[in-house]
Amino acid sequence: MHPPRLIRVAAPLLIGALVLSACGSKKESGSTSGSKTLTIGVVAPLSGDLSAVGNGIKNGVDLAVKQANEKKTVKGYTLTVDAQDDTAKADVGATVAAKLVAASGVVGVVGPLNSSVAKAVAPVMAQADLVEISPSNSNVDLTGRGALATGGTQTRPYKSYFRVVASDDIQGPFAAQFAVGSVKAKTIAIVHDKKAYGQGLAEAFAKEAKKGGATVLKTETINPGDKDFSATITKLKAEKPDFLFYGGEYPEASLLTKQLKSAGLKIPLMGGDGVQADDYIKIAGAAAEGDFATALGAPTDSLATAKQFVTDYAAAKYADPIGPYGAYAYDAANVIIAALAKSTADGGKTGSALRTEVTKEVQNSDYDGITGKITFDQFGDTTVKVLTVYQVKGGKFVAAKTDTFK
Amino acid sequence: MDVFFQQLVNAIVLGATYGLVALGYTMVYGIVQLINFAHGEIYMLGGFGALTTYLALPSGTPAGIALPLMLVGGIVVSVTAAVIMERFAYRPLRSAPRLAPLITAIGVSVFLQELVRNFYPNAKAARNFPQLVNPDYQVKLGSSVQISAPQLLTVVVALVGMVTLSTFVRRSRTGRAMQATAQDPDTARLMGIDTDRIIVTAFVLGAALAALAGVSSGLQFGQVDFHMGFITGVKAFTAAVLGGIGNISGAVLGGFTLGLVEVMATQYAPDPFSGGAWKDAWSFVVLIIVLVFRPTGLLGERVAARA
Repeated sequence: MHPPRLIRVAAPLLIGALVLSACGSKKESGSTSGSKTLTIGVVAPLSGDLSAVGNGIKNGVDLAVKQANEKKTVKGYTLTVDAQDDTAKADVGATVAAKLVAASGVVGVVGPLNSSVAKAVAPVMAQADLVEISPSNSNVDLTGRGALATGGTQTRPYKSYFRVVASDDIQGPFAAQFAVGSVKAKTIAIVHDKKAYGQGLAEAFAKEAKKGGATVLKTETINPGDKDFSATITKLKAEKPDFLFYGGEYPEASLLTKQLKSAGLKIPLMGGDGVQADDYIKIAGAAAEGDFATALGAPTDSLATAKQFVTDYAAAKYADPIGPYGAYAYDAANVIIAALAKSTADGGKTGSALRTEVTKEVQNSDYDGITGKITFDQFGDTTVKVLTVYQVKGGKFVAAKTDTFK
Repeated sequence: MDVFFQQLVNAIVLGATYGLVALGYTMVYGIVQLINFAHGEIYMLGGFGALTTYLALPSGTPAGIALPLMLVGGIVVSVTAAVIMERFAYRPLRSAPRLAPLITAIGVSVFLQELVRNFYPNAKAARNFPQLVNPDYQVKLGSSVQISAPQLLTVVVALVGMVTLSTFVRRSRTGRAMQATAQDPDTARLMGIDTDRIIVTAFVLGAALAALAGVSSGLQFGQVDFHMGFITGVKAFTAAVLGGIGNISGAVLGGFTLGLVEVMATQYAPDPFSGGAWKDAWSFVVLIIVLVFRPTGLLGERVAARA
């Protein structure tokens, strides 16, 4: 490497860093009305295929922050939202995470949507002890649960990482029990997209389905972003399955179910919470009828507390729908806000000391959210294990069964 | 055996799309030695052009009238974009070092994607495409071998496009001028050929074929999105290289070969490397093997003679 070239690269980076840090400090001390500002970050896909879900998360946080400002929940501070687009990619996630960590006014982060992105975001957050609550991650490794399946002991990989939804090793088996027990599936085909979420969920499903006595066919894989699944479907069709479980998200699942039924393989597709989105039905149309999807928690409209949220969300006139995780994002933001209120009560802590204090308060949360009571175990997992199976009926996801996983 | 033949049908459908898009890469490369990485976006714009045409039509227009109009709409949008792209992004760099237009092509690709993403209504996620050709209608080709109506349409449109192009290049005056320009642009210019016009013609033809592929993809999958050109573009470029970039029959052969490898790898690849997630890896294995033994691609020697 020639030194001058290095300088040429380094100089703009340095200037960029200076400008960024200037922005950060400005935000922190940006006191126009006498009260200080604190920021809650959001990391979610705000563009691309999953943007419908990602924007629901952003809006959920935005609503929580707006309400907290109106009620002055955190005394002496005005809260703002800094939403970053991770485009559902891990490398972009790591970059925007570093950006949020560098902005000293950020005291908590909601997101990301994808487990694969979380694996890149969580280490960055943990290093700065910046609390991160995901409204949707379900991969087992994020809280060290992966070790449990092989008989190991669980250790927490990221000290500031929390999630308000149950992990794949709960959701997968819950779906499998329903498929084998209620749908009476005999020969089950498994397809996943090889992403952290899809593969983890599909493997957990397959294991429990086998235990339940169903025949599980050899797992097929597809690539996220693929549109033509004809080769995979032809292969599956020869095996004559009567049920298909898909580990992945709705953009591929909707095309898969459509092509499945067009090809004459009229079996129900079941997916996890990544499939339980209105866009799944919008894209798949009539082909989605009869398909299943599990989701974490009880249906939003069945909870009395959630009804107010749905009304408020509608009143705020956001461009995007709540989506499957808007309510969880709202709760996650409120957990952070409640922790902030406690951490800032003595008024002394700022910067990294405040971040550490907020993380500690989140760990001790006991919050009555719209999706139920929120408490965390020592690994950052939610202690609530309520899940729901939905079925597409008349072009809508209708709750088929809500239960606590045993 | 039925499974094999069904997979063969799947491969032909997939290969038809790759081949159509690959033709655009290969024609432009053959004439100006530019790898036009924005060509995938021309394919995407074809889909959006057709969607826009459909939305502009009064509702209830019969499919028989709407479909040709949509094809025309898609072609118009793609061709317009390609002509503008050639005029303002590539022509000023005609005599610049080879890397400059290449980087420009990547820039144009990002620009077109972002343009659609930000300014086409609701295009941040996939947009539903009208399913004028019912995908549930299956044409039986054997006891259990079938092809859906939109798939059949894709193959027919691709074959018609390919044959028309090949006839045009071999028989017409402009086509022969294209061949001459590809062989030696300077001499061609001395012989009175307007090479600027020939280069635009190559972009126009490539864009029209890509638009056909874009529209048939929309019909087949029922959606178009702003980044659909990326993966298809990369695959089609691979197909063009596989067949021998610069060679028109090579692009078609490369397209069908790539489709065949992807589909057959999904069905028959040995166990730890089987399934759809490995199909791209297998495609590149085949590409590498072909390039090791035939560095100019399957039908590439004519390019060597040309250059």
